Amino acid sequence: MILFLIYVLIFVAAFFAVKTVASRNSNSDYGPLKTVTFGDESAVKPSRSASVISILSIFLLWAMFTGSVLLPNFLHVPGPFEGVGTFEYTTQAGSKLDTATVTVLVHPISSPEEAPPVDVGDGWAKNDSVAIGMWRSDLLRVDRNDEFGRSDGAEIIEINGFKVEPGDTIDVGWGTVTISDKGTPNIQPAKGWQMESIWLPAPEAVVKRVGEIANEGFRGSTLWEHLGYSLFRVIIGFFFGALVGIPLGYAMGLSNWFRGWFDPIVEFMRPVPPLALIPLVIIWAGIGETGKIILLFLAALWIMAIAARSGVSGVNISKVHAAYSLGASKSQIMRYVIVPNSLPEIFTGARVAMGVCWGTVVAAELVAAEQGAGMMIMVASKFQNTDIVIMGIILIGIIGFGIDMLMRWAERILVPWKGKG
Amino acid sequence: MSGLSIQSISMRFDLPNGESVQALQDVSIDLKAGELLSVLGPSGCGKTTLLNIVAGFIAPTAGRMMLNGHEIDGPDAERGMVFQQGALFEWMSVRENVGFGPSMKGMPKKNKVEIVDHLLDVVGLQDFKEKAVYELSGGMQQRVALARCLANDPDVILMDEPLGALDALTREKMQSLVLKLWKETGKTIILITHSVEEALLLGERLIVMAPRPGRIHKEYHLPFAEIGVGEDLRNVKKLIEFTERREEILGMIWDMEEEIMGRSEAVS
Repeated sequence: MILFLIYVLIFVAAFFAVKTVASRNSNSDYGPLKTVTFGDESAVKPSRSASVISILSIFLLWAMFTGSVLLPNFLHVPGPFEGVGTFEYTTQAGSKLDTATVTVLVHPISSPEEAPPVDVGDGWAKNDSVAIGMWRSDLLRVDRNDEFGRSDGAEIIEINGFKVEPGDTIDVGWGTVTISDKGTPNIQPAKGWQMESIWLPAPEAVVKRVGEIANEGFRGSTLWEHLGYSLFRVIIGFFFGALVGIPLGYAMGLSNWFRGWFDPIVEFMRPVPPLALIPLVIIWAGIGETGKIILLFLAALWIMAIAARSGVSGVNISKVHAAYSLGASKSQIMRYVIVPNSLPEIFTGARVAMGVCWGTVVAAELVAAEQGAGMMIMVASKFQNTDIVIMGIILIGIIGFGIDMLMRWAERILVPWKGKG
Repeated sequence: MSGLSIQSISMRFDLPNGESVQALQDVSIDLKAGELLSVLGPSGCGKTTLLNIVAGFIAPTAGRMMLNGHEIDGPDAERGMVFQQGALFEWMSVRENVGFGPSMKGMPKKNKVEIVDHLLDVVGLQDFKEKAVYELSGGMQQRVALARCLANDPDVILMDEPLGALDALTREKMQSLVLKLWKETGKTIILITHSVEEALLLGERLIVMAPRPGRIHKEYHLPFAEIGVGEDLRNVKKLIEFTERREEILGMIWDMEEEIMGRSEAVS
């Protein structure tokens, strides 16, 4: 909730800040002077500064809530309590009252410490001490060293001078103390707002982990091998999918028999998510490379077949007529009219297919794999290596984005006539 | 026997709901080589169907067509076609589009380059020959389409409202170009149009068709195309004879449209 409010605050503040700066420099704006911009979709251009601030603010929030060293301390949200805190408890056995002090040492989880030595003090209730890791809590049997324990009928009636009964929670300044149903104080040092690194590691921890895994590898393979395996599967699966799918789509676009024969199959298989095929493919082909490549082949096949089919049926009939009346034969029409005319559609299909294949390969590796990006994050999550999981997600995202950019670039170079017919 | 002879063509389309439409009924036209015929009529009179039949894209349900003494039974390079728009190959440059026909025939490169260069000169696109066709304006694209058709040296050129999508100024220029090309090449041309003015200006002969069933309503022999070859078309349009003809044909087509409207209103 607080996270969301801060995010909204940054959004609004950045908007007004950029607007103020922009209006000060508005003399340099030679853009068309449209007066109607609200409702005119073409007048909406993504603001570059908004994109930059958006990305920066995600990292800012990430760093704020993880106590990252990349940020100066005053920008961090309150962290968990660290150091020594004390509270007093008053216990009653029969008509005898006594008060003792509990000393709590809160230490970082990564550096365990012994309970600090304390003087037991006078009276029949003795002072206690305990060491607790940050974000953790501890149920402390304070009566275990007292002369009259719980078995003697002793009962805690006050914490820091406030009357308590089982179930009550008292704020002791650096945390809270809750009396359990059986009368034992449960000590919970303040957690603050920061995330424990087991839930969300700081950005620098993730970066460090990238370096480590890039150098030392993970589970017997280097980082590049893991990513390379995933990419290799996608490329091989897509290649075979296109190799079969494109001619199939052409045949469906050109022949009644092929269209009739394959339409039910293609139309049935298209809405089946490739992920649903994983169990069957594992049963048939095992968890090795073959199974994954078959899965990706199937993921790409239908998309490519449909793209090629609609590429063929999208040919403007007057182009075909024109080619015939210019003396072209059937094979020349195929080579010079139908294939080039369907290329834009095929490229669009290829982009979709690559995206689907990339998603499918990660999912397939989550289920079972020896190497691969998906296997890496799956195994890491089993060992609570959240930093590797986040690193994996970021790398998978970057590669997926890179594939799409690459396809768009290839499309611009190879089919410049797209959308110009 | 040279020339194009269309003999008693009929065309019936069966609709999916069991009805059938008589698109053409008993249409006969004889064209001598080098004649320019324009075909005019309200929408639905079957003029595009007629052109597609002559081009060989569809077969008539009755009748036959002869070109230079042999029967027409499919599309062929001897009958070139210029479409309204969108029939250029956008994956090819202007030069490749114009050279498409010769390439398909396997003509040697040297001859092909000569023909393409000559035709690009004729239509005034020499400076644009390496451009992609989608970079050209609508008028320029239709010039490419004309040049591409001529590059194949067809006996008959079929034009399906080739200037219909152009703006008025470009259209006037293109009309002059069509007349010039007709005179220079001596091709037989069939031109389909919606515009009465265009049909009068370009047609040496003019056929007005009537709808339902599509048939020839009236035929004219006109002097304007000959005059227009050497004269500014705007002056041709000012001739008394021209305006009289225009009013007459406009009235004729207006009556047909009225009749269609009246009939469909009576039905509903």
